[in-house]
Amino acid sequence: MLEIKNLHANIGNKEILKGINLKVNAGEVHAIMGPNGGGKSTLASVLAGKEGYVVTKGEVIYNGKNLLELSPEDRAREGIFLAFQYPVEIPGVSNTNLLKTALNEIKKYRGEEELDAMEFLTLIKQRMKIVELDQTLLSRSVNEGFSGGEKKRNEIFQMAVLEPKLAILDETDSGLDIDALRIVANGVNKLKSKERATIVITHYQRLLDYIVPDVVHVLYNGKIVKSGGKELALELEEKGYDWIKDPKELIEH
Amino acid sequence: MSSTEVNQIEELANKEYKYGFVSEIDADSLPKGLNEDIIRQLSSKKNEPEFMLEWRLKAYRHWLNMQEPNWANVHYQPIDYQEISYYSAPKKKPQLNSLNEVDPQLLETYEKLGISLDEQKRLSGVAVDAVFDSVSVATTFKEKLSELGIIFCSMSEAIKNHPELIKKYLGSVVPYTDNYFASLNSAVFSDGSFAYIPKGVRCPMELSTYFRINAANTGQFERTLIVADEGSYVSYLEGCTAPMRDENQLHAAVVELVALDNAQIKYSTVQNWYPGDKNGKGGIYNFVTKRGACRGVNSKISWTQVETGSAITWKYPSCILQGDNSIGEFYSVAMTNNYQQADTGTKMIHIGKNTRSTIISKGISAGKSNNSYRGLVKVGRNAENARNFSQCDSLLIGDKCGAHTFPYLEINNSSAQVEHEATTSKIGEDQIFYLNQRGISTEDAIGMIVNGYCKEVFKELPMEFAVEAQKLLSVSLEGSVG
Repeated sequence: MLEIKNLHANIGNKEILKGINLKVNAGEVHAIMGPNGGGKSTLASVLAGKEGYVVTKGEVIYNGKNLLELSPEDRAREGIFLAFQYPVEIPGVSNTNLLKTALNEIKKYRGEEELDAMEFLTLIKQRMKIVELDQTLLSRSVNEGFSGGEKKRNEIFQMAVLEPKLAILDETDSGLDIDALRIVANGVNKLKSKERATIVITHYQRLLDYIVPDVVHVLYNGKIVKSGGKELALELEEKGYDWIKDPKELIEH
Repeated sequence: MSSTEVNQIEELANKEYKYGFVSEIDADSLPKGLNEDIIRQLSSKKNEPEFMLEWRLKAYRHWLNMQEPNWANVHYQPIDYQEISYYSAPKKKPQLNSLNEVDPQLLETYEKLGISLDEQKRLSGVAVDAVFDSVSVATTFKEKLSELGIIFCSMSEAIKNHPELIKKYLGSVVPYTDNYFASLNSAVFSDGSFAYIPKGVRCPMELSTYFRINAANTGQFERTLIVADEGSYVSYLEGCTAPMRDENQLHAAVVELVALDNAQIKYSTVQNWYPGDKNGKGGIYNFVTKRGACRGVNSKISWTQVETGSAITWKYPSCILQGDNSIGEFYSVAMTNNYQQADTGTKMIHIGKNTRSTIISKGISAGKSNNSYRGLVKVGRNAENARNFSQCDSLLIGDKCGAHTFPYLEINNSSAQVEHEATTSKIGEDQIFYLNQRGISTEDAIGMIVNGYCKEVFKELPMEFAVEAQKLLSVSLEGSVG
C-alpha cells in the first residue's frame, strides 16, 4: 500500500529525514518509535503534505501513485488520514459541518454518491459509539474548548467516519490519562481491518499495550535504525533509547 | 500564507465582479449640477407637495454652509458635486397593474440578479418594493399588507398619499442638519421606501427592497423611513448589487427608524455595491446615515448588516435608546478586499433608564484593503442602569491589509455597565492544513473558516437572507483568497 524509498526532507535548510525506507501493507499496524527530534512527526507531516517541508530526495508510492505529487486534500481523498498531535480549533465551524463537508468531498472525488442529511446523521450516530463520544461535541465548534482527551477522541471519531485506507496517528497517546488512552486505543482497534493500514507514531511503549503492532520501527536521527516485532517495543521500554544510539549496538544487529 | 495560496488568491482576485453588467434603459435625467433650480425641477418632476420642496430647500441651504467630513479612516479624491446628475428615472414608466406590464428588460435585469419578483412572490412570501435607479417600478403584496393597515410603498407615494405621517416623522431621527451627506440627501433624495406598521400589528412577512444603481454618473440618494407604532413588529430586508462602472458613484442614503412603545424593528442589510476593480478603479462611495430611535418604552431596534461591496463605506447604523427599558442591537460583518476601504460601526446612545445595547462587529480584511470599526457608546446622565456589551473582532487574510478599531465611550452615569472586547486574528495555516487533511480544498477551507467566524452575526439574519449572505461572502472571498 505504502512504499517509502530513501526519503530525504528538509525544514528550511535543515535536513530532518535522511533516507527513510519503509513498506506498509494493507491490514498491517506499524509502530514508529524513537526519541524526540528524531523525525517522527516530520515523517507524518511529509506524508500528509504539510507546507514548509521540502522533499529533497526519494519517493513515496501510495497505492501505485506518486504521493508527493498530490495536494494535501487529494491525499486525504485518496484515503490518507492524519490524526493530529495538536488538533486545531476552528471557531464557529461545527464538528458535524466539517465532517459532512469532508465526507462528501471524499465521496465526490471517488465518484461515489454523496450522503444526504439523514444518511449522514445515521452514520455519525453509529460511529460515535466507537470512541464513546459525547453527543454534545457534535454540534460544538471543531475542537473549541475541548479537553485534551476530547480532542484526541474527536480525531479517532473523524477517522471512524472518513474510513481511511491509511491512518497515521501522530502521538495520539500524548496528554491522555489511562482511561482516555484505553478508549482511544479501543477505537483504533475496532477500526482495524484487512483493507486498512495504520501507522502509530509514539514516544512511549504504553500505547502499544493496547494497539498491538505487527512491526515496530525505531526512527533516530532521520533514519529508521531498527525494525522488529512487537517485542522490540518492550525492549526499548526496558533499555531506553540510548542503546539504539550506540553505534556498536547498531553494528551488532 | 504559502506561495500556492498566494497564487490562488491572485488567480481568484482576477475574476470579474459577478453583477457587473449595465441595463440599457433610456433614462430621463436632470442635467448635471446642483442649485435651487435643480431642486425645484426635481420636486416638480415628482409632483411633490409644497412642504416637501420647502424642506428640501432648507436642507440645501444648510448644506451649502457645511464642510465635508474628513475624520473617517478612508481616502478618496474630492467629489465634484456639480458633476453629478441628481435625478434619473426610467423613461418607459410601467403601469403597475401587473408584472406583465413592467419593461421586459427591467425584469431581465432582476432575473440576472436572481431576484425575479414572480419567484419571490411565489416562493418566499417576501413583499418586494423594487427600486430601479430612483423610481419604484413594482410593488407587490400591497393588498395583503393594506388589509392589516400596513403601509409599504415608495417614499414618493408616501409623500403624496400620507403627508401627515411624512411631516411627523421624516427628519425626526436624522434631521436635515445632521451631517454633510444627510443634508445633501435631504435636499435631493430621489426615492426610497416607506413603511408604517399600525398599533399592535405584527407584520406577517419580511419587507424587502432591492436597490440598484444604473445610469452612469447618477448619484443615488435613497431615503427610507420605517415607523413601528405601539406594540407592532416589523422585519425589513435591504439588499443591493450594482453594475460595473469606471467613474466612482456616490451613494448617500438616509434610513430612519422609529419604534414607539413596545414596538420592535429588525433591519437587515446585505450590501454588495460594486467595489471597484482589482486595481481599486471605480466602485461605489457609500456614505450612509442610518439611525433608529427607540422612542417608546420597551422598544427594540436591531441592525444586522453584511457589508461586502463598495469602494468606500462610511456607515454607522445607530440607536437612540430614549424609552425606558429599550434595547439596541448592532450585528455586523464587514468584509473588504483589494483596495476597498470601510469605516463602519455604530452609535448606541443611552438616554432612558434600564436601556441595553449589544454590539457584535466582525471585520474581515483581505488584499490591500483597510477595514475600521468605529463605535460610540454614550450613556446619558439620567440613563440609570444602562448596560452595553461590545465585541469587535478583526480577521486578517494576507499581510497587506489593515484592521483598525476605534471604540469611543462617554459615560455620564455611574450605574452604567459597559464591556468591550476586541480581538485580531489571522487565518491560520494550521487551520487550513487541518481542513485540507480532511479532504477539503483551500478555497472551501477559507470559506468555512470565515463563515464560522461570522456565525454570531449570520444567525441574526432572517433564514433566506442568511443563506444569501453566506453565498455572497463566498463570492466575495473568491475575489480575495479562494
